[in-house]
Amino acid sequence: MTLAERLRDAVMAAVVGALLALPLLGFETVDTGGPLGIRTRFDWIAYAAGIVFVGRLVLLGFLDWYRSRQGRPEPLQSSAPARRDVLTRLGSKADKYLMPALIAFAIIMPMLPFANRTVVDLGTVVLIYVMLGWGLNIVVGLAGLLDLGYVAFYAVGAYSYALLSLHFGFGFWESLPLAGLFAATFGMILGFPVLRLRGDYLAIVTLGFGEIIRIVLLNWTEVTRGSNGISGIQRPSFFGFPFSADPPDGTTAFHQLFGLEYASIHRIIFLYYVILVLALITNFFTMRIRKLPVGRAWEALREDEIACKALGINPTNTKLTAFAIGAMFGGFAGAFFATRQGFISPESFSFIESAVILAIVVLGGMGSQAGIVLAAAFLTLLPEVAREFSLFRMLTFGAAMVLIMIWRPQGLLAHREPTIRLAERPQTGGAA
Amino acid sequence: MEYFLQQLINGVTLGAVYALIAIGYTMVYGIIGMINFAHGEIYMIGAFIAVISFSVLGLVGLTWVPLALLIVLIVSMLLTGLYGWTVERIAYRPLRGSFRLAPLISAIGMSIFLQNYVQIAQGARIKPLQPMIRGGIELMSGETFSVTLSYLQIIIIVLTVLLMAAFSWLIASTSLGRAQRACEQDRTMAALLGVNVDRTISLTFVLGAFLAAVAGLMTTLYYGVVDFYIGFLAGLKAFTAAVLGGIGSLPGAMLGGLLIGLIEAFWAAYFSSEYKDVAAFSILVIVLIFRPTGLLGRPEVEKV
Amino acid sequence: MSDRGSVTPLLRVEHLTMRFGGLVAVNDVSFDAMPHEITAIIGPNGAGKTTVFNCLAGFYRPTVGRLLLTNAAGEFQLERMYGNEIAGKARVARTFQNIRLFPKMTVLENLIVAQHNKLMRASGYTFLGLFGWKGYRKAEAEAVDLARYWLEQTNLTEVADEQAGSLPYGGQRRLEIARAMCTEPALLCLDEPAAGLNPRESADLNRLPRFIRDKHDCGVLLIEHDMSVVMQISDHIIVLDYGRKIADGTPEEIRNDPAVIRAYLGEPDADEAGAA
Repeated sequence: MTLAERLRDAVMAAVVGALLALPLLGFETVDTGGPLGIRTRFDWIAYAAGIVFVGRLVLLGFLDWYRSRQGRPEPLQSSAPARRDVLTRLGSKADKYLMPALIAFAIIMPMLPFANRTVVDLGTVVLIYVMLGWGLNIVVGLAGLLDLGYVAFYAVGAYSYALLSLHFGFGFWESLPLAGLFAATFGMILGFPVLRLRGDYLAIVTLGFGEIIRIVLLNWTEVTRGSNGISGIQRPSFFGFPFSADPPDGTTAFHQLFGLEYASIHRIIFLYYVILVLALITNFFTMRIRKLPVGRAWEALREDEIACKALGINPTNTKLTAFAIGAMFGGFAGAFFATRQGFISPESFSFIESAVILAIVVLGGMGSQAGIVLAAAFLTLLPEVAREFSLFRMLTFGAAMVLIMIWRPQGLLAHREPTIRLAERPQTGGAA
Repeated sequence: MEYFLQQLINGVTLGAVYALIAIGYTMVYGIIGMINFAHGEIYMIGAFIAVISFSVLGLVGLTWVPLALLIVLIVSMLLTGLYGWTVERIAYRPLRGSFRLAPLISAIGMSIFLQNYVQIAQGARIKPLQPMIRGGIELMSGETFSVTLSYLQIIIIVLTVLLMAAFSWLIASTSLGRAQRACEQDRTMAALLGVNVDRTISLTFVLGAFLAAVAGLMTTLYYGVVDFYIGFLAGLKAFTAAVLGGIGSLPGAMLGGLLIGLIEAFWAAYFSSEYKDVAAFSILVIVLIFRPTGLLGRPEVEKV
Repeated sequence: MSDRGSVTPLLRVEHLTMRFGGLVAVNDVSFDAMPHEITAIIGPNGAGKTTVFNCLAGFYRPTVGRLLLTNAAGEFQLERMYGNEIAGKARVARTFQNIRLFPKMTVLENLIVAQHNKLMRASGYTFLGLFGWKGYRKAEAEAVDLARYWLEQTNLTEVADEQAGSLPYGGQRRLEIARAMCTEPALLCLDEPAAGLNPRESADLNRLPRFIRDKHDCGVLLIEHDMSVVMQISDHIIVLDYGRKIADGTPEEIRNDPAVIRAYLGEPDADEAGAA
């Protein structure tokens, strides 16, 4: 395109932008306590038009430059193996080198000088989202099932622990496996009827289920206490030694066990390590299961379900396994969430949570361990770092999801490491 | 008996609104095979534009209701149509060759973006509007309850029926309708035969947005309040309606809308109003599991 | 020609009819495919060949008919089985006309996935495998050996660790066959294996079905348009036209069968009658 054509296109885009901005940005509804007031904000229209104009111009210029740089396209059938593009290689390197560094950093983080209570607590939140991201990655990234209701499993785990704690006095460690079990069972019940549906229908049905769960949690007050939520959930103890300043007679508190001064941060640090271990287990599990038949079957199913059937693979059972295992990890995370807060309510389990977790997987990159960590960190930390940004957090997230789909649909750092290499396997000498 | 009839009227009115939104879902699905997750937000934007337009008209002193309604209707349809067009251009057209779930994820992102855009631009509180069309006809009166058919309800139902008829005519008899049906069946061939596929698809989105704008206007008048979250709920229910009727089928969307409206009204009246949304979502789940092609839809056969 | 009377057919198709609404795609077709033979199904376009295949593989449920497969494990009525059971229990493998590989997985991984069921059992349905159980590791090594064997037979050893989707077309076709063989089938169904190949590649490809027939306890059923391939490698040919079987015999018999010639070349026109 010539500069004149680009300018004309950008002007048209700016006009569209101005028209779009006119009703919703140009006017502002004002709550006056009575009838709705209205104010004009026409300068916002000008800003919007200006941003669209500049943005479009830059985009067009960039596209022209990029296309001209491409040169001749590669021959269709080259004998050399296809070179992986920059981001795939980056993703691969990130998992190999960055991940161990991140893990090491995570382990020592609470001991670093800047790690006060707020920082460690924030780290805990990041790690919860990392674990949820890795958990959903099993379902979406590996098995290719778009689950828009993942938050339901998170909720089942949280409420399981809360109710066990409330009615039976179960502690965190006893409840954790049960929370996972309930969530996995729920995943199987949910999954069984829906997993033969096609991708987009599956997404909507899981969304529907997520919403049903939320409404039930909100309204089944006899069991879930409705919007009041459940409070007084047992906090975790250090394997039996409670974290309290004043332990009841006869029991030893954590700080007494180690001869330390009581500090409220002890419990926070302990929680941090608990979630770190849980997240690392999720990760380790994922790495392992990719090399097992069921993991490979998930990936094959994602690529071509019909071919899988022709190889004797039962698609429904295979998908069900992915769904149940993903749900299990969601349940673990939910139980942790309940114990960290001491209080849960249905508000924490809305569709937005599912969308956020999906965004983490989608943005970070399916199959990328480091990518999901970075996406989770970005999502959680940025609003903290820049207070003004928290208002725009979800807005940017939505925009980012659209942009990633256009630019790199598999996700920023997505890559795929083969699970087995012939070059690394010596012949055992028992050929067919 | 009177209570039943009143719920019937309410249900039909509600169903009309859902049907209008459902047509948008079903047309887009028919032509490019994707679920326009952001369509609910388009409806919400239509409602907001209606509210703002009414307020602006109030500000400049134009309060004669029929004229105000007409102006708001046109303005709202045009601007909402533009939103629908823009969303397709930005978030879906670049993804036409991409893998199957890419447009859906993009649509989710767009939905989140639009919801928050309106929330930031207009604040998170609900926006009230003065009731404009008051009064109605009393049809029947029993001992404790009288059945009223309000003028607004009449307008909604009549307008919806007219729009449906116009739409059906459009699809069946005009060249746009033919182009659309051609694209639905075989996009490549349609293009080879000279149909401007891009324009046909854009028009489909715009028409869907027009209807959503009308639905938004109706909602504004009927309930008197809007907030940035109505799109999500109404969108899911309208999508349920489209699926129930048979996704891809225009009469299916109308039928589905009507059914969902009735089910919701009766459920809220006779069982519980907290769980009325669960009723709608459960129907969605059940239909998709047991009869994904819906009531009037055609089954798809996948070529091996 | 083998003595059909005494050997149990590998596959017996009896009165297979497939109706799609008003369209009858396959009309009362019956034939036998013997073990250790290559049976070809040929016919003009639209004759119903792929429909027969899809019925065999479980993609369509036949409107009428019986599909009896007899292998070492017993008898299986394919028309009553699900697609993955047909592959897993009855041991019927197939390739696809439009090549359905797992493009982002490597060549080797494609072959390992084919051995899924036996590896699943060996891994204790994942549980034992998770903890590194020795039995699973041994089973996986054996699976790799089987894969290696077929890689060698199909000339794909060099590219074992490449992405399947990056192979040239001929390589992808060979990979599909290798993958099908890794399921250790009793019947291999090839859906137009020579489609899109040049003559040299086709000739190359002829070797594989014959190798499979001779050296492995596996019958081959194939659909093909390329007559040179069909005539060269088939032991037994079935000809379909408009959904009906019009001929059934050896290549020699089929070559000279007037019904077949008519189906392919049509009736001679009145003024061509002299020339035909």
